[in-house]
Amino acid sequence: MGKNIIEKVWDQHVVYHEDGKPDLLYIDLHLIHEVTSPQAFEGLRLNNRKVRRPDLCFATMDHNVPTRNLPIINDPIAKTQINTLAKNCEEFGIQLADMGHPDQGIVHVIGPQLGLTQPGKTIVCGDSHTSTHGAFGAIAFGIGTSEVEHVLSTQTLWQSKPKTMQIHVEGELGFGVTAKDIILAIIAKFGIDVGTGHIVEFTGDAIHKLSMEERMTICNMSIEAGAKAGLISPDDITVDYIKGRRYAPQGEKFEEAKQYWLSLASDADATYDKTLVIQTSEIEPFVTWGTNPSMGSGISKSVPYASDFKDESDKQSLQKALTYMDLQEGTPLTDIEIQHVFIGSCTNSRLHDLRAAAAVIQGKHVHPNVRAIVVPGSYSVKKQAEEEGLDKIFIEAGFEWRESGCSMCLAMNEDVVPAGERCASTSNRNFEGRQGAGSRTHLVSPPMAAAAAIAGHFVDVREIMNVPV
Amino acid sequence: MEPINVVKSVITPLNRKNVDTDQIISKEFLKRIERTGFGQYVFYHWRFDQNGNPIEDFVLNQPQYKGSKILVAHENFGCGSSREHAPWAILDYGFNVVVAPSFADIFHNNCFKNGILPIELKVPEIEELLAKGEQSALEAEVNLEAQTLTADGKEYHFDIDPYYKEMLLNGWDEIALTFKYEDAIEKFEANRVAF
Repeated sequence: MGKNIIEKVWDQHVVYHEDGKPDLLYIDLHLIHEVTSPQAFEGLRLNNRKVRRPDLCFATMDHNVPTRNLPIINDPIAKTQINTLAKNCEEFGIQLADMGHPDQGIVHVIGPQLGLTQPGKTIVCGDSHTSTHGAFGAIAFGIGTSEVEHVLSTQTLWQSKPKTMQIHVEGELGFGVTAKDIILAIIAKFGIDVGTGHIVEFTGDAIHKLSMEERMTICNMSIEAGAKAGLISPDDITVDYIKGRRYAPQGEKFEEAKQYWLSLASDADATYDKTLVIQTSEIEPFVTWGTNPSMGSGISKSVPYASDFKDESDKQSLQKALTYMDLQEGTPLTDIEIQHVFIGSCTNSRLHDLRAAAAVIQGKHVHPNVRAIVVPGSYSVKKQAEEEGLDKIFIEAGFEWRESGCSMCLAMNEDVVPAGERCASTSNRNFEGRQGAGSRTHLVSPPMAAAAAIAGHFVDVREIMNVPV
Repeated sequence: MEPINVVKSVITPLNRKNVDTDQIISKEFLKRIERTGFGQYVFYHWRFDQNGNPIEDFVLNQPQYKGSKILVAHENFGCGSSREHAPWAILDYGFNVVVAPSFADIFHNNCFKNGILPIELKVPEIEELLAKGEQSALEAEVNLEAQTLTADGKEYHFDIDPYYKEMLLNGWDEIALTFKYEDAIEKFEANRVAF
């Protein structure tokens, strides 16, 4: 019987196996950022331990960094955290893309961009959106700080082998429907914890026709379905993306790697512990109306009624969410007015995303009641976008064009949505207070965010799109 | 990490599903570079209003639950961000045990690294504990060795992976344990696929 990619990559990395124990799993790439690492490095110092493989680590600063007036950091505690990472990287010999460095950016944007992310690798980071790297056919997952310390010390982790799940997207994507809409629709349909204890492989033509950047959006949000990790079997699109990148194998080595990578794809007769199917005909541009990523609907719909839910606790969750969001049951999503637009985050801040948003806003202007910002995912994305003139399109339309970082996705820096105000955001979480205490987040795709910025409320972007995205 | 076996206290009933780690510890408190001192910020925006005054009807502000070491909540507890600051805050506030029908994977792992026992019980059992705990202060005793939670004369059994059970009972340092596999790691490294 054939194997799926999850089993192939997992089995390849087991250092030690004993029945009744988790597997000791080798980690090929350890990405590090400033927020979840200081206590891990401190642990090493307290126990007089070393970093086993600094050559397999790569660090950057993203969560806390300001997105304007660099390099001034007004928040002294944030500044300490950023300086601490720089000191730790120096002390332990870890490569760092510091603030202002041309490689700096959101950790999940720069890994793929530099060619560090490759099929078949095990990749970890003290960040739940590490699942992004699964787009390449890697097993990539977020870990806590104690596990960061464990990987630093041993380059391994004790991990119980997760179950495998296939989420099959059947059919062709409709006009104006993006990767973001696919993953939001999957989470809305199957639930915020459907993937718990599983690694998910996304399959189907609709998935394999997507570019690498779009695949990253899908895998990025696997964690919002509760999955340990999400991945996509490598194909020619994967291989073409990696070719020529700085840390990718070069020349003959690349050809050798390519054969290996493609061999990792799930076998035709592979099976999974669980398979779920969604039809593309069910997927339209999506907007979340609630306080977790599963609380969303297609733009043609309205905020649901409590009577739509059978379970008493679901009714209560809806009421709590609508109270927080200040929304009424039955309100059409297109009636919801917004005051902020955020285009950015590890979900949607890559060149493809910026192009898609720019195509919608070109020649138009941000609504007078809306403040809109674009935060490119990395220094390099910003440069490329500027070379294409995208910055001018955004600025002329009334957007603010910022430096790269996590920014308003979690509002650890100064980019905060004020209490009681609404944001159309291309990020990944609409939890209470995520973008600032009392803020209200609606998750959407970049074109949908751009369309909302112009209209001042949600609109079906397909009605105003000039060209297919 | 402190070993854990028997924990006795009143339970704190937090009747919510999908409690995410952003609620457990909000981002403005993640900038510290220490592992300690997060307890004062746990569930901050549910405990305090915008002026910093306690919200009286939130369960952690109710006097009958003071000193509780056992938090009981609904499904998918700890979802979202991987921030270990969440279990650090829970532990620092005084909870050693979290009971729920299910946990998000990363939070679940993080508990074991910090001497917090995550207990999974069935949904009806959780609903029973929540209902009783909300009605009046409910004393409970958790025994990890025996894998039981006892409350109001009723014993609830829970399963736990034997590996993690041993870790918690002994308060072991996992990294020190892994160093014993140094030979296996070296052997693996000599043969691993790398381009």
